[in-house]
Amino acid sequence: MKPHPEDELLRRQRERARLMAWLLGAFVILLFLITIAKIGLNK
Amino acid sequence: MTPTVAQPAPPADWRDLVALTKPRVMSLVVFTGLCGLLVAPETLPLAVAFTAILCIALGAGAAGALNQWYETDLDAKMRRTANRPLPARRMDRQTALHFGVGLSVFSVVLMELATNYLAAGLLAVSILFYVLVYTVWLKRRTAQNIVIGGAAGAFPPLIGWVAATGSIDPMPLLLFAIIFLWTPPHFWALSLFVRSDYAAANVPMLPVVAGIRNTRTQILIYSIVLVIAAIAPFALHLTGPIYGVAAAVLNTVFVVLAAAVFTNKAEDVSGMKPERRLFAFSILYLFGLFAALVVDRWVAL
Repeated sequence: MKPHPEDELLRRQRERARLMAWLLGAFVILLFLITIAKIGLNK
Repeated sequence: MTPTVAQPAPPADWRDLVALTKPRVMSLVVFTGLCGLLVAPETLPLAVAFTAILCIALGAGAAGALNQWYETDLDAKMRRTANRPLPARRMDRQTALHFGVGLSVFSVVLMELATNYLAAGLLAVSILFYVLVYTVWLKRRTAQNIVIGGAAGAFPPLIGWVAATGSIDPMPLLLFAIIFLWTPPHFWALSLFVRSDYAAANVPMLPVVAGIRNTRTQILIYSIVLVIAAIAPFALHLTGPIYGVAAAVLNTVFVVLAAAVFTNKAEDVSGMKPERRLFAFSILYLFGLFAALVVDRWVAL
């Protein structure tokens, strides 16, 4: 049976939202680590 | 009559967004960028070094996405590229454009925040060069497209070095030259055995425009100049004996394979074994040469 187009739309939106959340989380951690490293460099 | 309500197009699948960045090409970009960073005399904190490489990868991915956005019509005509997200209509072009521009800006800004203005500037130049000079301007106009376009692929080790040191020195310029000179024999060998694809898409690749004989001659000429550039870091005492030995072996094989291409008389794709062999080895060559540089820098003999 073919999946309903709206189900597919929701599935893709959910997948992208989840991925975006992971990427944003990783970005925040990366900025934190860069900041710590730069403070260490300037000491 | 029942009015038809237009269904909104489903958002692009994230896997197609990843495919837009040409992940396979990215592996070589990441590797050479990392080597540029590792052979530099300065060492960066791990988080900063990781970010610099990430930015180089994202910048290359952004350039790849913008390239596919611009070349949708061309990709649709070639077997090798017809199943990419845009020609296969799995994504709308505006999404690809927004993704490419957004990723470009993000990678350059993050590079500036993590390292320095010069590295960020070079990253921006490399993206613009690949998209505007190669994709938009030269690819469809001249058979020398690969030569000039190769410069875009030569930026990563330079950017890696500058991210670490903040300055442009002779060594990263030689690394730039090596990739720049390596690109024509690498791609022309490929274009000899996928010739029909490029011809169908009206891309003026050298074998299509100048013929097979001429292409084989140019492959050999570029290979010889490449060897000179690849030996130069050792000859100029910028590296040690590990690189010297590796460069001697790899370059000898490269020239022998290029000479086999030069002497090959086959016109049919089935007789293009030397071309296939040179293409396959050229990838190994670049990985080997850059790996030797890093080993040479970190292992004291």
